[in-house]
Amino acid sequence: MTLPFDVAAVRADFPLLETEIDGHPLVYLDSGATSQKPRAVLDAERDFLEHTNSAVHRGAHTLAAEATELFEDARVTVAGFVGAAPEQLVWTSGATAGLNLVAGSLGYAGRLREGDEIVVTEAEHHANLIPWQELAARTGARLRHIPVHDDGTLDMNAAAETIGERTRVVAFPHVSNVLGILNPIAELVALARAAGALTVLDACQSAPHLALNLPETGVDLAVFSGHKVYGPYGIGGLWGRDEVLDALPPFTTGGSMITTVTLERAEYLPAPQRFEAGTQPVSQAVGLAAAVRWLGEHDAAEVHAHETALEKRMREGLRSIAGIRLLGDTDAAERVALQAFAVEGVHAHDVGQFLDSRGVAVRVGHHCAQPLHRRFGLTASVRASAAIHTTEAEVDTFLDAVSGVRGFFGVGA
Amino acid sequence: MSGLEALYQELILDHAKNKRGFGLAEPGTHSATVHQRNPICGDEITLRVDVEGDRVASVTWEGAGCSISQASASMLIALLREDGGDDGMPRADVEALIAEFRESLRSRGKIPLDEETFADAAALSGVSKYTARVKCAMLAWVALEEGLRQA
Repeated sequence: MTLPFDVAAVRADFPLLETEIDGHPLVYLDSGATSQKPRAVLDAERDFLEHTNSAVHRGAHTLAAEATELFEDARVTVAGFVGAAPEQLVWTSGATAGLNLVAGSLGYAGRLREGDEIVVTEAEHHANLIPWQELAARTGARLRHIPVHDDGTLDMNAAAETIGERTRVVAFPHVSNVLGILNPIAELVALARAAGALTVLDACQSAPHLALNLPETGVDLAVFSGHKVYGPYGIGGLWGRDEVLDALPPFTTGGSMITTVTLERAEYLPAPQRFEAGTQPVSQAVGLAAAVRWLGEHDAAEVHAHETALEKRMREGLRSIAGIRLLGDTDAAERVALQAFAVEGVHAHDVGQFLDSRGVAVRVGHHCAQPLHRRFGLTASVRASAAIHTTEAEVDTFLDAVSGVRGFFGVGA
Repeated sequence: MSGLEALYQELILDHAKNKRGFGLAEPGTHSATVHQRNPICGDEITLRVDVEGDRVASVTWEGAGCSISQASASMLIALLREDGGDDGMPRADVEALIAEFRESLRSRGKIPLDEETFADAAALSGVSKYTARVKCAMLAWVALEEGLRQA
């Protein structure tokens, strides 16, 4: 069932949004770091733990069977959320674990050697950078990057020059967690395919905002985190094409991922179980399924229109305030409702503290993207990121608070 | 005074702008240079300390960061210069100051900094209630502690 979009009704689903900070109603603009959880998610996890909790994929008792069914149903639901088949969805503890799995597994498989190249972007979250640094260091491969322009868009001319016959892996974010700009996936995939390279997509910041169809993007592998799509912590997904997952050896090994084990060797289950060693985050998977079902109850186009309006209001409002520098300042790109900025003469940490005193919660720091900040000559920035429950009035409260920052700190006019 | 104004007192904003002891001096015979960094916000400081006998002869620094971290470094140097005079403060006294400062900042507002002892730096008492900011205020003091260990 799809409901007409009503932000007040949406907000009523989030107990945490009733919080006050120092007498001010909370304005939560840090969903890019972690999203708040609707009651449906909290209820689903609690309900599972109160009535069905049991070990999955083992045991013959009633609860074990029911828990297994809910766990695998969750896989079907979450795979559907990204347009995929359930056997293509591997549970991970989050996007970081998924990326480490991919990089680690490629390393185990001996798929990279000296002279090979791995290509990332300059706008990478550390989670989609450091695993590749490690892989490069261990295999002798060379890590290269595609730079971003001053306006935050990816330099596609440089991409075409960088991705070539030595390239084995191209890893990039769907949406940078600092710039909020959608990267041109189709073009990057075309370049990678022409080079015979594997593509790895970090979909953390797009999954909460855009209707995803990962198989249609053309990438080979993609990761996302549950806690950023209104779901629980400790759960995420790695999606891969059948033939790509089949060609990857397991990264973490142990129980639950095998068929036959002798003291000398083991045979492994097919994907996705092959990548799911040990006890799985079962109640979290059930909670994540509840989250995407909850999200699916709202008309995707209306949610998108709502968030797009918030994004525009935020960006244009920030532009009109003196002494604000936007990171990723362009009207030409498609974006999500996330905007990082610097306030001239005031450190990001101080800005965050000032906004907090008005009840406005934003992220301050380098947002796990130090190279990108360095590229812009900054060590830290402020990031406001909206969600389905954000209102225009909240954006206005945020903008009003930002316009008071320089005065408070005695900077500028 | 609101929480925010208690945190960002005039004195703090002044020290953050007019930083005392900013700019590294030429190293002396018993000198140590240390670099400290707060990985969360990227604040950093390079601090140089010169020790002569049992006295802390000179402390200078360079760095970038939020107003709390910058003010705290400036206030520390002002305090050392004020109390130490020409010869510098005894090393043991500096170490005791650092320990007392840390205890107060970690007290979540329970132990205010004594104005007699800490001079301008006593204005940093308000930071103690903001646990996320304690590291900012501690940065220079931790750097000096490390420098004294090395010098």
